[in-house]
Amino acid sequence: MATVTAQPEAGEGGRGARARSRAHLSERARDEQRLGWYLVAPAVIGMLAVTAYPLGRAVYLSLYNYRLTDPAAKEFVGLRNYGVVLTDSLWWQTVFTTVFITVVTVLVELVIGFAFAMVMYRIVFGRRTVRTAILIPYGIITVVAAYAWQYAFALDSGFVNEWFNLGDKAWFSNRWSALTVIILAEVWKTTPFISLLLLAGLVQVPEELQEAAKVDGATAWQRLWRVTVPNMKAAIMVALLFRTLDAYRIFDTIFIMTGGAEKTESVSFLTYRQTIVRTELGLGSAVSVLLFLSVVLIAVGFIKAFRVDLSRVRGD
Amino acid sequence: MSRTRSKIGWALAGVVIVAYTLLPVAWIVSLSFKQGDDINNKKFLPTHWSLDNYRTVFDTNLFTSALRNSIGISLIATTVSVVLATFAAYAIARLQFRGKRLVLTTALAIAMFPTVALVGPLFDMWRSLGIYDTWLGLIIPYLSFTLPLSIWVLSAFFREIPWEMEQAAQVDGATPWQAFRKVIVPLAAPGVFTAAIITFFFAWNDFVFGISLTATNRARPVPAALAFFTGESFFQQPTAAISAAAVIVTIPVIVIVLIFQRQIVAGLTSGAVKG
Repeated sequence: MATVTAQPEAGEGGRGARARSRAHLSERARDEQRLGWYLVAPAVIGMLAVTAYPLGRAVYLSLYNYRLTDPAAKEFVGLRNYGVVLTDSLWWQTVFTTVFITVVTVLVELVIGFAFAMVMYRIVFGRRTVRTAILIPYGIITVVAAYAWQYAFALDSGFVNEWFNLGDKAWFSNRWSALTVIILAEVWKTTPFISLLLLAGLVQVPEELQEAAKVDGATAWQRLWRVTVPNMKAAIMVALLFRTLDAYRIFDTIFIMTGGAEKTESVSFLTYRQTIVRTELGLGSAVSVLLFLSVVLIAVGFIKAFRVDLSRVRGD
Repeated sequence: MSRTRSKIGWALAGVVIVAYTLLPVAWIVSLSFKQGDDINNKKFLPTHWSLDNYRTVFDTNLFTSALRNSIGISLIATTVSVVLATFAAYAIARLQFRGKRLVLTTALAIAMFPTVALVGPLFDMWRSLGIYDTWLGLIIPYLSFTLPLSIWVLSAFFREIPWEMEQAAQVDGATPWQAFRKVIVPLAAPGVFTAAIITFFFAWNDFVFGISLTATNRARPVPAALAFFTGESFFQQPTAAISAAAVIVTIPVIVIVLIFQRQIVAGLTSGAVKG
């Protein structure tokens, strides 16, 4: 789950102090600085305790041949684990599967999410009901959503084959149909989030611009592409960035629906299987580090390529 | 005339959205009331409604202990996370200190972190620290991964609070405590609430840590327990039992959404809305 919020304004507090004398200012400023550190320290420690240190530990373990069930055989192997992973076709297959799921999911939900945002923006009757209903998929447990969709498509309990006259189509015994159901479940669950972010961008588009374009004779389609979309570019980019990173981490839905069978394994699932199921902490840590690096790569690539300025989300 | 028509058009589109959101939920509810042959009747609705699955689920230690774990762990993680985030957000919104940007950047980076990349080392660390398969072993990672969201939501809210009102109230004769309680707390409460809801949803939803850092009923939360239902043989029909359990854990989500709809929307989009 990712959430985009405003970046709080830096540097409001010092303003009052600045008006006073220099000697006072430095003493006051120092007190303020110290109080600031005391107040953020517990949160910063809380955030780093379970991220920075374990990440460092993952990097360290990735250099060893280390299986939890056989700790005595722990041995330094340098970068060999990375070599093993990167030359294995299974790794590249999971990367491909993950990228495929990510791209399709994000593009589909961007379109649906935009339509939903438009409806939520324009709707008069039932506005509250729609805004409440849309939060249900967002709040529901991913595992629960995955079961609901799996049972709907399942051969024995499902109604989908019956409704659409598909006979005995076994959705989960083929890679592409299984991925289709996985993507459907993901799209259902996460479209609300993207549509709320887009709605927030939509309300920022000045209504006068729309009116002006209308007066100049622009069609609704032209107004959408020439006025609305360019004016909410920042919101669209941030929504895309957050959802892409989130979709790339897909794990729960695959675990429930296929357990990684039929070549539906994602990078996160591979990581889990190596570290927790097979207790290959050395090799698994190498996969963990590669997963982490690919997420960093996506984030940096996004910010560089699309010039997503995260501080602009707050609109100043 | 065309105004009314377009209003009706948008309302119809709204109906489509509501159907989209509710169909899978209605399906799992319907499935949870099915029994015996009905489960595989390939129909949306049961022919005979039965509460048997709910009885089975509540008679199962696997589920009841998971429910207890989920509620306890999520509430504790939420409380601690929101308290720590409130301190931090207050400092970020009101005080001038070096490293403020760094704190916010760290928070953002952690929000984007692939959680699975950490379960291997955590699994190892928790075992040597003796907190593997305990409540604490889950509360700590939940805390770390919800703090960024809480801090961002809360500092966005705190930035909007007219703090001068506190002094104004004191000038008008209120004691500092009264000024804080009667002026600041009501202004800050919605933000704190929002952060709490989003944090709770994260903890309630978590699956990755839930299956990786627990081994028994001692700490295993509901999402992880659901995944183990299928493996247990004492269920004649895990499908319907899982559905009933799924419905039970969805009820709190729906209640929270119904009551706090405005706060959740504001929290998810705060900042983007303002502008």
